[in-house]
Amino acid sequence: MPKTDSLQGSLDLLVLKILSRRPGLHGYAIMSAIEAMSGEVLRAEEGSLYPALHRMEEAGWISAEWITKETGRRARIYQVTAAGAKQLEAEESRWRTVTSAVNRVLRMA
Amino acid sequence: MSLWSRVANVWRGDELSREIDEEIETHLAEAVERGRDPVEARRAFGSRLRRREESRDIRLVPWLDSLRADVVFGWRQLKKKKVTSAAAILSLGLAIGASTAAFRLIDALLLRPLPVANAERLYGLSRHVNLPDGKPGSFDGWAYPSFRQMRAAVKGQAELIAVSYAERVDVTYRTDLEMEKAHLQYVSGWMFGAFGLRPALGRLFTENDDLKPGAHPYAVISYDYWKRRFGADPNAIGRKFRLGSKELFAGPGAGDNVYEIVGIAPRPFTGTETGTVTDIFLPTMMHPGAVHDDWTWMRTLASLNPGVAVEPVRAKLNATSYAFEANRMKGLVRWSKQDIAKFLAQKVVLDPAAAGASGLQADYRRGLAALGVLVGLVLLIACANVANLMTAQAAARAREMALRVSIGAGRWRLVQLVLVESAVLGFFAAAAGALFAWWSAPFVVSRINPPDNPARLALPADWRVLGFGLALTLGVTLLFGLAPALRASGMKPITTLRGGSDPHARRRLMHGLIAVQVAFCFLVLFVAGLFVATFDRLSHRPTGFSAERVLTLDTVAQQPEPPAFWDQVAEHLRTLPGVEKVGLARWALLGGGSWNNWVSVNGAAPNGVLAFFLSVSPGWAEAMKIPLIAGRDFRPGDTYPGAAIVNETFAKEFFHGEDPVGKSFDMIIFQGRRVPCRVVGLVGDAVYRDIHDPIVPQAYYPFASVGARGELQPVDQGTFVVRTSDANPLALASILRREVARARPEFRVGNIRTQAELVQAQTIRERLLAMLAMFFAVVALLLAGIGLYGVLDYSVVERRREIGIRMAIGAQAGDIARRVTAEAFGMVAVGAAVGFALGMASVPYLSSLLWEVHATDPGMLVLPWLTVLAATMLAALPAVIRAVRIDPVTMLRAE
Repeated sequence: MPKTDSLQGSLDLLVLKILSRRPGLHGYAIMSAIEAMSGEVLRAEEGSLYPALHRMEEAGWISAEWITKETGRRARIYQVTAAGAKQLEAEESRWRTVTSAVNRVLRMA
Repeated sequence: MSLWSRVANVWRGDELSREIDEEIETHLAEAVERGRDPVEARRAFGSRLRRREESRDIRLVPWLDSLRADVVFGWRQLKKKKVTSAAAILSLGLAIGASTAAFRLIDALLLRPLPVANAERLYGLSRHVNLPDGKPGSFDGWAYPSFRQMRAAVKGQAELIAVSYAERVDVTYRTDLEMEKAHLQYVSGWMFGAFGLRPALGRLFTENDDLKPGAHPYAVISYDYWKRRFGADPNAIGRKFRLGSKELFAGPGAGDNVYEIVGIAPRPFTGTETGTVTDIFLPTMMHPGAVHDDWTWMRTLASLNPGVAVEPVRAKLNATSYAFEANRMKGLVRWSKQDIAKFLAQKVVLDPAAAGASGLQADYRRGLAALGVLVGLVLLIACANVANLMTAQAAARAREMALRVSIGAGRWRLVQLVLVESAVLGFFAAAAGALFAWWSAPFVVSRINPPDNPARLALPADWRVLGFGLALTLGVTLLFGLAPALRASGMKPITTLRGGSDPHARRRLMHGLIAVQVAFCFLVLFVAGLFVATFDRLSHRPTGFSAERVLTLDTVAQQPEPPAFWDQVAEHLRTLPGVEKVGLARWALLGGGSWNNWVSVNGAAPNGVLAFFLSVSPGWAEAMKIPLIAGRDFRPGDTYPGAAIVNETFAKEFFHGEDPVGKSFDMIIFQGRRVPCRVVGLVGDAVYRDIHDPIVPQAYYPFASVGARGELQPVDQGTFVVRTSDANPLALASILRREVARARPEFRVGNIRTQAELVQAQTIRERLLAMLAMFFAVVALLLAGIGLYGVLDYSVVERRREIGIRMAIGAQAGDIARRVTAEAFGMVAVGAAVGFALGMASVPYLSSLLWEVHATDPGMLVLPWLTVLAATMLAALPAVIRAVRIDPVTMLRAE
């Protein structure tokens, strides 16, 4: 099965979900997590991950801080804020509604 | 919070870029650590620069960021050319500041509504009349009985309010040794209620405080006066003061003239007479003129009820006023029907008085408007200058712009870049202008009115002024910045980079602006010339007397005192060292006092020409150095009514130029009473009340007057005229003040002024206009000169190749000079012609500000021409020298 790039607008949802489970990830780790957890099916386009992170940060859903890794390199790690948790809830329920609706259509047709 | 962080990020843009870069860097390093191929990882990531820009635009406000970058860039551009930038900022700042100052003055005097509830429904009543010389005139004074009838006539539609002309009076709180000055205004008791004003303390007047003549000895004082005089002490309520005797005629309220302070007016309200801050308000019923139907001592304001149209009210007022005057004329004078009809041909008009009504407004409306226009022209000249500067700079930067377009800058982005640069300049100019306006507006106000009684105008720097300044700066920035901006964005990069853009289009714009500058400059010079000539002629007008070394001592007595006491004081003053001559008069010439009456010769009906009267003592004419032409001066035994001395104009007007000595006339005073006078002397003409007026017929009568039963009438007020031997008469002022009180302790000297000061006070407006107009003329000339210099210099630099070639093939210096300047000089000629036309068109609006100066005088026209010509020559000289000095060899080699 070919890897798909199109997360269909669900990148925000995935990032929020992952960060809510495992706070304090940096960009590369988030990307790896998406790949690993989706069984290598979903893959965030590396370049578009950062604008998405920055957009969510400006929206106040996630917050960022700089840490220094053991390699001496600085990394920017993210965690979900209270507003982000609320947003995640809303996105999740929206996702469920949409997928169940799509599933219904697939069954009926 | 999010917007705020995005705005805040604009100010740390570089740091932001570094952060994003570092994050991306970490990402790639991580990828390599995990064993990915570095090249593959980089390719998978895509364009890092684009990602950075994307993230940047998310994390800050992009338009603000580009604006910030442009501002920084603009500032660097300004810094690069320090001298030109400073010149542009200073000239523009001066112009913006002057405009803002002019607006502050005009706003404070003419536009700003009074702080009352119904300012927009407030109107001032005046009568349009035909003056004796046939010209239309206007008069805003009313007699109280007439006011009363008019008020009743429009009841229910409008409330009429009487307010006297504010006057400066003597006031004493304890003893007469502590006499002070205060501005007094008599107002209708119901005024405060009609204006919706509430007292700051105590109570304000009501209708009940203004019912019976002389029966309401109460005063309301202004907040400003309360603070200044009483230090805002609440105990000021209940304090009593005595009004120094000030009235010519003992009125109904003459009594002991003691008033009790009952309240403090609200802080913002300073009376209805804009330009004067009223200290004390008294009810109109306390004015001695309240019962006289021929004493016009007050203005009438009308506060229209909501929804009432102006015209019907005006018509009613007009009819009532007409009936009153017609009734008054009946049996008053034996006039012909035509003369009465001529006198009654008055029309009542209502003018909006939202900003109050004052003589200062009437005096300065035209003058300020003219100054406002001059200032506006200077501003436009400055704008044209800066526009030319920016255009020249844009030319120098054409390659930079072309490069920007080639690498993908949008047109709009370029417009923004140039406009922001203009705005940076405008901002600094506005800051300089604000400083100038802050200083200059109060300076000009302080120059209005004589120094001992300056005009007082509230000049708050509030949102009106700020808004004006801001709008002006914005407008100005667009004005000088838009053309260069559009030009910059409209260029074609190919042609420009190839080095062959069309220089003529740019030069055409610059030359057009030069024509505009010269036209405005000519107009400013022309108008300034008119004002200066007016002031010059007015201040050199012969007054008919000698003001040199003369002091006038306005003196009051606590109670009216017999004439002998006054003589005693004069006699005492004559004995003092340093005193040459002493005379006594009811008031000083040009001091503001005036009394006029009709005159009847041989019992005939008066001819409609008013004669002006003044009571004087023996020796007064000599002290004033008014020449005695025939007959004699008054003698100690002369009394009024009886003897009179007339001037030449009087003799010409009423005695057909014959020797009047020995002849008789009647003066017709209140209620048509005839007072017989016999002329004992003829003196030279002198200006009487106003130096602008033509010489009027004057008659002097003795200071000592007798009543109906032959007893001498006591007098409460007079002015000693003292001619001193000292070149500086004021050196004697304090001695004279002391000696008057020593001669008769009941007498007190109020104002001491030199007669020269009184003469100068007459020309304050003309002096002010001439001074300011001259200042702006110099600025305009300077700016236009600099502008022309800049344009010529620029065109020489741009055409140096062409000039070099011409010189190489044998062109003469004169030929080169002509070529370089011909086009610009043509523009100067066009500009001057347009300026001349504008000047001619402006004359009708200026005529009321001029005095015996005609715009068509050759001198008035030639002078601006010559000045502009000289300035043009001077401005062209450096450019011409530069052009002629071009060395063709070096030039062509450099190319």
